[in-house]
Amino acid sequence: MDSLLFTVIILYILSTAGYLAFLFRQKERLNQAGFFLLFCGFILHTITILYGASLVGHLPVHNLSETLSIAGWAIAGLFALFQFKYNLKVLGVYAAPLSALITVAAALLSTEPVHADKILESYWLIFHIITIFLGDAAFALACGLGIIYLVQERTIKNKKHGFFFKRLPSLQLIDSTGYACVVVGFTMLTIGLFAGFIYAKTVWGRFWSWDPKEVWSGITWLLYAALLHGRASLGWRGRKAAIMAIIGFIVLMFTFFGVNFLLKGHHGVFTQL
Amino acid sequence: MQEIVLIGLNHNTAPIELRECIAFSEKDTLGALARLVDIPVIDEVMLLSTCNRVEVLLVSKNQPKAILETKNFLSRFNDLPIQRFDAALYALQGDAAVRHVFRVASSLDSMILGEPQILGQIKSAYQTATQSKTSGVILNRLLHRTFFVAKRVRSETGIGGNAVSISYAAIELGRKIFDSLKDKKILLIGAGEMAELAVEHLIRHKAVEIYVANRTFERGVNLAKKFNGKPIHFEEIFDTLEHVDIIISSTGSADFVIHKKQVKTAMKKRRNSPLFFIDIAVPRDIDPEINRINNSYVYDIDDLKGVIEENLEDRRKEAGKAERIIDEAVIRFREWYKNLDVIPTIVALRSKMEGIAGSELEKTLQTLRHLSEADREAMTRMTQAMINKIMHNPTRLLKSDSPHINKSVYLDFARRLFKLDE
Repeated sequence: MDSLLFTVIILYILSTAGYLAFLFRQKERLNQAGFFLLFCGFILHTITILYGASLVGHLPVHNLSETLSIAGWAIAGLFALFQFKYNLKVLGVYAAPLSALITVAAALLSTEPVHADKILESYWLIFHIITIFLGDAAFALACGLGIIYLVQERTIKNKKHGFFFKRLPSLQLIDSTGYACVVVGFTMLTIGLFAGFIYAKTVWGRFWSWDPKEVWSGITWLLYAALLHGRASLGWRGRKAAIMAIIGFIVLMFTFFGVNFLLKGHHGVFTQL
Repeated sequence: MQEIVLIGLNHNTAPIELRECIAFSEKDTLGALARLVDIPVIDEVMLLSTCNRVEVLLVSKNQPKAILETKNFLSRFNDLPIQRFDAALYALQGDAAVRHVFRVASSLDSMILGEPQILGQIKSAYQTATQSKTSGVILNRLLHRTFFVAKRVRSETGIGGNAVSISYAAIELGRKIFDSLKDKKILLIGAGEMAELAVEHLIRHKAVEIYVANRTFERGVNLAKKFNGKPIHFEEIFDTLEHVDIIISSTGSADFVIHKKQVKTAMKKRRNSPLFFIDIAVPRDIDPEINRINNSYVYDIDDLKGVIEENLEDRRKEAGKAERIIDEAVIRFREWYKNLDVIPTIVALRSKMEGIAGSELEKTLQTLRHLSEADREAMTRMTQAMINKIMHNPTRLLKSDSPHINKSVYLDFARRLFKLDE
């Protein structure tokens, strides 16, 4: 499993190199190479996770290493999907290294796979985790697009075009792709939360137990709900939407890491070292 | 030995007043070519005349004389004493002339670096020369190489990339804000060449509705007709801001025509859908503070000029790459040209024949093993004699100094008939 994950990391890193080279040289072939490597990495990553699951008999999400690996996988996969739809090449410069970094962290923290308690074997749980992570990955991409948007907006407003103007896509394309990412992320998060409620009901007998992670997930959900509502009814787009996507992701990161390290609760088991 | 010679003047060496005096119209060119090719020391000739340059490209055995004759011709044809333009003329020979032609066609020598028209102008000049039958083997080859090199420079370097005119720079910006200009709505305030050019570009990019506002409504109506647009009253500008995406302003107004407050209000109504202001007027029409409002972008004439300067800087960087491509092409042309000389051609022809005869002889002798050593030698001598006999007349013809034959044509034919260039 470790050597598999190692190969995945190499592929992600090579893909990052391809995308970086593309950013500087602007040769279509480099972009294709970057995408191909990332896609190979994603396929192999899928195999790695399935293989790990087959060894322990459930989805491997019981320590920080395993959850990070899933997060890296979700980002790579979702980016590939968005790439098919929007062909926003430059996003690879963000997505590929992000997947690589997260997967590297996963490998560094890697421990023996845990055979967890009975309570963790439920389809609702698997569904809960997969949708939540896909949602998180979509929000991660939205954050990256938000950053790209701010850079390109600054370039255009300051009228000094330099390095980025040519290399980054149009504001409208970045904005609408970012919006699509948030919509996907929000949908996934909503489904994931519901799956979590149902699972909680079956295990603890109640939907909601004021666990810190639950509370922060709720806050994240509200934040993105506000972003989508603002866009639909008040026309929050462009800069405002970009900044909100970035803030949303920071809160999300806190929900993912901070809550586990700083606050106690029943989600702690998923991110223990 | 024939050499390629180029005599001319361009925007760097001659002021416009002088270039005007020497320029050849299309009709002039035909007559000029006929007279130039009649000059005995000129074997092939082509004439390029654009608003930025006049150049005579020719092939001659006696280059100094050809240069002198061409100067005399320019003087006579334009009725201008040589002293008036002699200082502005440059005369290049051999590799320098070839390099110059490549550089001009690749737009490295243009007033606006990388502008694409020059290649078309050279193509039509060449066409005129071929129609007048004043170009020959050498110029044909040179020009075909030139077109090839220019194409390569254009596709492999960014010399033609990024806008270097005000209206194109505006379009480029629009596409970085809106992605596609398709179905975008335009408001033109005032009138003016640059503003109208920008609108035309936008229409070509499939922008749809064009509104035209003018202080005098009648003028607006006329202009609107030109773009198939809608004339509006000057007072309606504010309400129109709600619906349009790109505003091009070019009025003679001393004050701002559009103020920040108006755009803020309009922005709310259009729910932050982006607005792009192109302010070509001096003094400015659009309050520059509007650029600080979210999702609205203001570029005035100086900003656009800044963009162009930046793009030109990029082109200059790319020109270095182009020079390398041209260096390579000059060397390759030189190699071809060298081979067009008599001695290498005769040597190549002979070695080709000896190669064929040698291998055939060997094959035959392999099957005739009963032959004695003396027989074999006799056969070898015979093939050698055949080669000598075959080579005799072609050698004499290629080496002859008769003024009646165009040697480069013969050499080129010989090389092609026997595939000597492979």
